[in-house]
Amino acid sequence: MASIKEQFEIPGKLKTWAYALIGIGGVALLYGMFTQGFSTDEHEQVHFWGTLMYNTIFWTLVTNAAMFFLCFSTMAQAAWMQSFRRIAEAISTLVPVFGAITFAVLMYVVLGGKHHIYHWLDAEAVAKDPILKGKAGFLNPTFFVIWTTLAITLWSYFGYRMRQISREADENPMDAATATSFNIRSMTRSGFFLVWFGLTVASTIPWLWLMSIDAHWYSTMYSWYTFASSFVAGMALIALWVIYVKNKGYLELTNSEHLHDIAKFMFAFSIFWTYLWFSQYMLIWYANIPEETVYFKHRVQGAYKPIFFLNLVINFLAPLIILMKRSAKRNFTLVAFMAVLILFGHWIDFYQMVMGSLMKDHVTLGWLDFGILGFFVGVLILMVARSLASKPLIAKNHPFLKESIIHQV
Amino acid sequence: MAQKKFVVGCFDDEKVLFPAVKQVRTAGYKIKDVYTPFPVHGLDHALGMRETSLHTAGFIYGITGTTTAISCISWIFTKDWPLNIGGKPHFALPAWIPIIFELTVLFAAVGMVMTFMWLCQMAPGVKKHHFHKRATDDLFVMVIECTEKTNAEDLKALLAANGAVETDIQVAEEDWWFGTYDNENENLYKQVAH
Repeated sequence: MASIKEQFEIPGKLKTWAYALIGIGGVALLYGMFTQGFSTDEHEQVHFWGTLMYNTIFWTLVTNAAMFFLCFSTMAQAAWMQSFRRIAEAISTLVPVFGAITFAVLMYVVLGGKHHIYHWLDAEAVAKDPILKGKAGFLNPTFFVIWTTLAITLWSYFGYRMRQISREADENPMDAATATSFNIRSMTRSGFFLVWFGLTVASTIPWLWLMSIDAHWYSTMYSWYTFASSFVAGMALIALWVIYVKNKGYLELTNSEHLHDIAKFMFAFSIFWTYLWFSQYMLIWYANIPEETVYFKHRVQGAYKPIFFLNLVINFLAPLIILMKRSAKRNFTLVAFMAVLILFGHWIDFYQMVMGSLMKDHVTLGWLDFGILGFFVGVLILMVARSLASKPLIAKNHPFLKESIIHQV
Repeated sequence: MAQKKFVVGCFDDEKVLFPAVKQVRTAGYKIKDVYTPFPVHGLDHALGMRETSLHTAGFIYGITGTTTAISCISWIFTKDWPLNIGGKPHFALPAWIPIIFELTVLFAAVGMVMTFMWLCQMAPGVKKHHFHKRATDDLFVMVIECTEKTNAEDLKALLAANGAVETDIQVAEEDWWFGTYDNENENLYKQVAH
């Protein structure tokens, strides 16, 4: 393996793009914050903080999905992803960064008592409302703050522990006993993350952060739906980085066999997302109870109709038709295109999940959304590239690496 | 039903098998098949077999299921026997999606299994000649069909030179037949009807 380039050097062009995006996005973010976020008009405030909220939550969950991918692969003793695991690790280093932004935004909203975003923050309304009173044990500022703090801290901490143990595979070749104990310790550490992930992303966190915007409404599918959305976007993000870094002449050991499996994840979880989308929609459509249909009323029949169905076209029909063929999943250009489309599609999905409830009367998609998106993408590009450059691209003494090199689909 | 002449070479290691496959093919022989106790990665490529078309067949079966379900349900509920179910429109697509999905899966699954069985010539009671009993246990059995130009002894020597632990010339039935297991004569299969 003499010819392997282990050290990633950040291309100048990438840096320029990242700084440009951060600059333009940052200006839009600050301008929006001062003109709308701190304005006296409640409507303007909700518009700005809602937009910031869905962006920051989306990117936190998407980067966290990269660590989830690493952890469940480790737990299953999967070997195929070892040749590009450092890409997923680099993406997951963003969790504390985006998590901190999410935390700040949510604390501003909750501690600032922004009851136009979270209706359950309005103590007087809750006192008069039997439904909200019944939910008050869960939907109250104290629990929200504690659980949010715990969630973000532990995602970051368990993720950090996973990245630390991966660094051990850089140093010396392992003998059989060391490799076995390394394997068991990796699985234990991934177990901690997975259990916490199940208690947060796959259940409580979407209820707290997103579903409680519609304080009276609930859906048992909601957390799985959010998880599927963020996970498929996370796989798309990994695919995009793998293709970019390989295109720059690194990752010699990653080839179309590995791409095939990444694209399979993108394909399969697009279908899984649709399954949850449909399960949530169909049951509510069939029962036709006003308390439940209230969520879909303005989405299916109101201003959000185009966005709502665009969501289904981009996130279901396009992956289903385009990624179905084996040759498509092995085509770097096509997978890169689909990854961008899926990321955009699920960003739109998060948009309609949050803004569809906050701004029921008109679609607000505009300069603010794309500006904030640009800011987050810029931060993501810059920090993932830096993280990639800070350690070897290949964990070259990982016991499973050989299996990854000869991986065949 | 035709009896043909085969040269059989048995290998006990994948590491020997792969170079042997390459050598035999380079020497110009056409390998009929290699029987292995478990799926061997990359062997299909080494043998130069084309990709299977089973998934294309599966897609066609799936689409057929989808079409059958949509046309059948929509005809029944909108033309043949419209019913008012909970005030829903007659053309109630969301309620049909599960059935459409199930029929797609059913058609694709059953169709693919049948196609697979047909391609592999497998069915209950169908028997084929076994070139070596240990092909299902611990031997990789390479079978080359002889043509009129083949010098079987030369081929046997080539196989042995490439690491075959056992070589053999067999005249055997190429096709399948219906039959039962025969314990007494230690033949693998007794032929019942021809």
